[in-house]
Amino acid sequence: MYKKVLALITVLLLAVTVLAGCGGGEDKAATGQQGEDKSQGEKTKVAFIYVGPAGDAGWSYAHDQGRKYLEENVPGIEVTPPLESVPENADAEQVLENLVQNGNKIIFATSYGYMDSVEKVAAKHPDVVFLHCSGYKVAENVGTYFGRIYQPRYLSGIVAGKTTKSNIIGYVAAHPIPEVVRGINAFTLGVRSVNPEATVKVVWTKTWYDPAKEKDAAKSLLTQGADVIAQHQDTPGPMQAAEEAGKFGISYNSDMREFAPNAVLTGPVWNWGPYYAKTVQAVLDGTWKSEQYWGPMGDGIVDLAPYGDMVSDEIKALVDAKKQEIVNGTWDVFTGPIKDNTGQERVAAGEKPTDKELLEMLWFVEGVDGTIPQE
Amino acid sequence: MSGLPLGRNRVITLEKRGGFSRGVALLVPVFSIVCAVIGGGLFLLAAGYDPVEIYLTMLSGVFGSAYGLSETVVKTIPLLLCGLAVSVAFRMQLWNIGAEGQLYMGAVAASWVALFHGEGSPVVVIALMLLAGAAAGALWGLIPAIPRALFKVNETITTLMLNYVAILFSDYLVYGPWKDPKGMNFPLSAVFPDSAILPHFGDTRIHLGLVFGLIAAVLLYIVLWHTKWGYEVRVIGESPVAARYAGMNIARNILLVMALSGGLAGIAGMAEVSGITQRLQPNLSSGYGYTAIIVAWLGRLNPFAIIGVSFLMAGLLVGGYNMQMSGLPAAIVSILQGAILFFILGGDILTKYRIRIKNTRGIEVAE
Repeated sequence: MYKKVLALITVLLLAVTVLAGCGGGEDKAATGQQGEDKSQGEKTKVAFIYVGPAGDAGWSYAHDQGRKYLEENVPGIEVTPPLESVPENADAEQVLENLVQNGNKIIFATSYGYMDSVEKVAAKHPDVVFLHCSGYKVAENVGTYFGRIYQPRYLSGIVAGKTTKSNIIGYVAAHPIPEVVRGINAFTLGVRSVNPEATVKVVWTKTWYDPAKEKDAAKSLLTQGADVIAQHQDTPGPMQAAEEAGKFGISYNSDMREFAPNAVLTGPVWNWGPYYAKTVQAVLDGTWKSEQYWGPMGDGIVDLAPYGDMVSDEIKALVDAKKQEIVNGTWDVFTGPIKDNTGQERVAAGEKPTDKELLEMLWFVEGVDGTIPQE
Repeated sequence: MSGLPLGRNRVITLEKRGGFSRGVALLVPVFSIVCAVIGGGLFLLAAGYDPVEIYLTMLSGVFGSAYGLSETVVKTIPLLLCGLAVSVAFRMQLWNIGAEGQLYMGAVAASWVALFHGEGSPVVVIALMLLAGAAAGALWGLIPAIPRALFKVNETITTLMLNYVAILFSDYLVYGPWKDPKGMNFPLSAVFPDSAILPHFGDTRIHLGLVFGLIAAVLLYIVLWHTKWGYEVRVIGESPVAARYAGMNIARNILLVMALSGGLAGIAGMAEVSGITQRLQPNLSSGYGYTAIIVAWLGRLNPFAIIGVSFLMAGLLVGGYNMQMSGLPAAIVSILQGAILFFILGGDILTKYRIRIKNTRGIEVAE
């Protein structure tokens, strides 16, 4: 009995080895061709690193859509397959260094936690251009880029404020850092601009990407009476929780209607493609200069996702009017007077906080039910 | 009759093998690795990738360049220290799953020295950081050891749970009191002063932590095999009943071993903050404390074998990123890494046990 099994296994192993050999042959031919292409025209290599998987339907997905846009619209470049799920620790430095060693000349690091790693690797390779999303450290060859996502977030707040019946809106938030706090504030200001009775309840997950945890956080908010769920998370988990409960949701990052068609009203979305194409082209042309780019809604880098069918024309008109003011620059989200949620005035009437103040924002506006864990 | 039922009246069981020759013992790991490579290759083929090319990319990324090799060594350091840490505990059948938390506490204590007493002679500062890291890790190991020694409270669960406590404590510090005042409210501590940073070899990221790890391995070997205490630890691990009969103080040894284990993991944390990140930050460890458990088992709890295994394991982790660069999605890389470990551990089981098919009266039917 067992000799037969052994014989069978041997045959199988042999078959596999032969198969593997064949496969290898074919692919070697393929790589050979690629090599020839490269020698014909010197292509500039561009690389991306993502904090989550490209298929997360959220943050990294939005960047990956941008990468595809770049590939289709800028000739003369070769985009290295993107590196997914790169942790925001010392591993990132190794990955970045490795990309440089592999000949990449433009590298997009798409999460704030890569900041130190980008700084260290960039200092060693002045001939490589690094673009770091959402950080603040720049150098000759390091630029930062981000979008004023708080603008569409404010607009999505208008939709939420008009939709809620219980006047409790849940907000599933990732990390207690200024970027997220600013988003919660903008959203709440939007909600209260049309519904001063409503409050926004905040739950922290302390993770960008964890479908199960995000969904659970949303469920806990729903049981506390929330009937609209907003999110600063990278997966559609919170939207699915809202869908299952028969409630509504404000998504984030990308159009999430396919995951929760009856729940998603709209949501702020990223549109990185045109920025990537423009930036890479500038580097190719030699006109790129290091900058801290914080793109407004008028540039198209941030926008609102398409509305769900349940959103009325009245609400859409209300949002469009505000959007015009933002795009024209006649008004912005954090124009005073704004009080924090302890009643203290933070922005005087008619004033606007500076970008630096926005980037360091770590207090909640009136109407937010939650605390920022610190000290 | 226990075992996995197989049709009527038959069960599959695992039976401990008797002794086997040294030759077989050496052949098995080799055979396991070959199986792992073939198994992983089959999986890659099924997923539509060329296994030969993928393996070559991985190998060339890890061992093919000075940089790849140096990065593999960088990752070896925490795996080695944590692997040694859990191996001492496992040697006495103490299932310390808490190396991750002990690493974090070591990192926190070392960061405290660096941030608040970091100015001065580098030798003094680094010695203090080393001491603080080891002490904090040891203390964190002692917390679950005390109920284990006194009341036989299951240490697998307590050590595991304390990991979360340690990680959240470290997060609390970087989100709160230790946050860099000049850091735009990002959850990072200030950068350590130069005197609190471990020296590096050349322009690589390999730091003095490597020497700590190697010295720890040698010392551990000497302690376990050439001291009376080491003998006690080994006897207690092999047979607690015999040890008690011989008058050995088991409770005291539980405390000592867990402190030693936690201390080694604490040094790993100190080396990571001082040598690599040079500040306290969230996500400090890529699960080194957990990976170390596999390292310790594959190295059969032998300090010298653990040096080799942690290097290979580091290669597997570093190689993962290289495979991604050749177009393999991250998820497939993780599955491949898992498949390779599965085969290696499977081979290990089959060395120690044989599979038998028996009928219900326990009479062997086939092997």
